[in-house]
Amino acid sequence: MENNYLIKLENIARTYQVGETEVRALRGISLQIQQGDLVAIMGPSGSGKSTLMNIIGCLDKPTSGKYLLEAEEVSSFNKDRLAQIRNKKIGFVFQSFNLLPRTTALENTELPLLYSNVPSKKAREKAMEALSMVGLNGRELHNTNQLSGGEQQRVAIARALVNNPSLILADEPTGNLDTKTGAEIISLFQALNKDKNITMILVTHDPDIANISHKKIYIRDGLIVKQEST
Amino acid sequence: MKTLNTIRVALRALTRNKMRSFLTALGIIIGVGAVISMISIGQGAKKAVEDRFNSMGTNLLFVRPGSMSFRGRHGGSGTFNTLTPEDTEAISEKCNAVKYVSPSVSGRAQTVYQNKNWNTSIQGVGAYYPEIRNWPVEEGVFFDENMIKMFAKVCVLGSEVKKNLFEGEDSIGQVIRIKKIPFRVIGVLESKGESGGWFNRDDIIVIPYTTAQKRLLGITHVQSIDVSAVSAVRTNEAKEQIEELLRIRHRIAPGAEDDFHIRNMSEIAEGAAESSRILTYLLGGIASVSLLVGGIGIMNIMLVSVTERIREIGIRISVGAREKDILRQFLTEAIVLSILGGLIGIAVGIIASKLISHFAGWQTIVNIGSVALAFLFSGSVGVFFGFYPARKASKLDPIEALRYE
Ligand SMILES: Nc1ncnc2c1ncn2[C@@H]1O[C@H](COP(=O)(O)OP(=O)(O)OP(=O)(O)O)[C@@H](O)[C@H]1O
Ligand SMILES: [Mg+2]
Repeated sequence: MENNYLIKLENIARTYQVGETEVRALRGISLQIQQGDLVAIMGPSGSGKSTLMNIIGCLDKPTSGKYLLEAEEVSSFNKDRLAQIRNKKIGFVFQSFNLLPRTTALENTELPLLYSNVPSKKAREKAMEALSMVGLNGRELHNTNQLSGGEQQRVAIARALVNNPSLILADEPTGNLDTKTGAEIISLFQALNKDKNITMILVTHDPDIANISHKKIYIRDGLIVKQEST
Repeated sequence: MKTLNTIRVALRALTRNKMRSFLTALGIIIGVGAVISMISIGQGAKKAVEDRFNSMGTNLLFVRPGSMSFRGRHGGSGTFNTLTPEDTEAISEKCNAVKYVSPSVSGRAQTVYQNKNWNTSIQGVGAYYPEIRNWPVEEGVFFDENMIKMFAKVCVLGSEVKKNLFEGEDSIGQVIRIKKIPFRVIGVLESKGESGGWFNRDDIIVIPYTTAQKRLLGITHVQSIDVSAVSAVRTNEAKEQIEELLRIRHRIAPGAEDDFHIRNMSEIAEGAAESSRILTYLLGGIASVSLLVGGIGIMNIMLVSVTERIREIGIRISVGAREKDILRQFLTEAIVLSILGGLIGIAVGIIASKLISHFAGWQTIVNIGSVALAFLFSGSVGVFFGFYPARKASKLDPIEALRYE
């Protein structure tokens, strides 16, 4: 029942060319993720976790291998089509928040809607809704640099949520936060996964995240060394 | 992304960094302002020249020595001395389409009254000069044929000369010295009422041409003959009569070239308008260079801005911006900047030309054409110089961009 998978990777490899030498960041990754899964990807630094996330997130293309997203072959898509997928189907959350500086929480949250031709009034509504979902009511018009780290990450999550994606990717989302704030963010992810059935893939060194996940994938040197389902 | 949205995003991005935006636009503001004010000076000069000639009437003819084909080379007179006072008399006697005739010679000289000095243009002319030039005396009288015959040392002052030599005192009957020769002031010409400008028509002294020939220039020929036809419609007839007469008088064989040429007012006006048109192009061209420099400024700052905003670009790409969205955003920013700069520049240019009129006394004309031109030009500068940075931004790799510090 291949069609049940949201994501199916077959033998994905990614090689970087640095001058004369080749860096083989991914060396043949195969995995499947179902709609509604909460997956933790773990592994030592430099093992290829971010590289994998970028490929799944359609920010990067694999050197070889097959990537099916909702049963569609992504590797064959052109740039504009990939942009559309990032816009409609995928939300990204980064370790360093990646919000626009000197811009309000609301404007940051609206950003994906700007690229899917949502009328500005409707965009405002949806962004307000997303912000309230992450618990930022009343902070909509604050500039992002006036917000704490945890609040900034909430804005980033609201931005990832706003276009109702089927998939949220988070690369070390708690890496820049203290333990308590990190825990709050984690439970936010968990709630979103449970309530809205959004598929989550989280890269983490954080055992707390690993514990709430349905599935753990361990990577080392560009290869999957272990997969655990709970 | 819709156009309106793109413009909104661009405006938002520009207001986020007001100082930088202003400095970027400044180049365009100065460029457009310069183009508009320079062209207004050129246009004003052209208008002034046209007005000047129009006020002199359309039935005027000027007979100059030298053939038509030499016209471009010698321009003024003096190189040829084929015209004589006798030619003048013959024209006035024999040509019935001619109303008034006045020979003319000219030079510059130092003039002195008491302890005041003034260097001015001295015109030796005939008695009908005021009628031909449509330029009556305001005080006193103009010299008559009799004074001309007697080489009278009398003069009629232009109002600018009077102002400078007499400073408001009464000048009639006083004696001034032109090249050390004493002349009695018998009249003052009406003011043409143009202060400033490149040359002031009121800065002139007119004396009998005979006196000018003998006492000041030491010549017997005349440099030019001013003729007015009996009416505007008979101007051409007058021209033909003069041509025929002078060819006979100068014994020019049939088929040979004239040793004089006759031009009417509109031909001269055209020539003068042509040179002020060239002036306009020249001024406009120089000003365009500053607009170009402004454009390069935009490119420069847009490039810096792209580098500064690499991370922003990465974020936008990661949430679904396509290459063309990014390209359009940065291009729109450049265009919005240059158009806003253009609009402010137009205002600055208009104010500058008003100030130039006010302080330098030059006539300036801001016309819709030059405003539209400057505006269009500034818009294209935005597109042209905004394109490269915008393209650079759109080609960024999102992963690299997101990692950029
Ligand atoms: N743009 C690039 N050019 C060359 N090599 C790269 C590039 N990006 C990543 N690599 C290399 O690929 C390998 C995997 O990098 P990646 O960032 O995926 O690791 P990671 O598991 O995310 O590590 P970390 O936990 O430190 O974030 C590393 O050896 C890295 O040096
Ligand atoms: Mg990483």
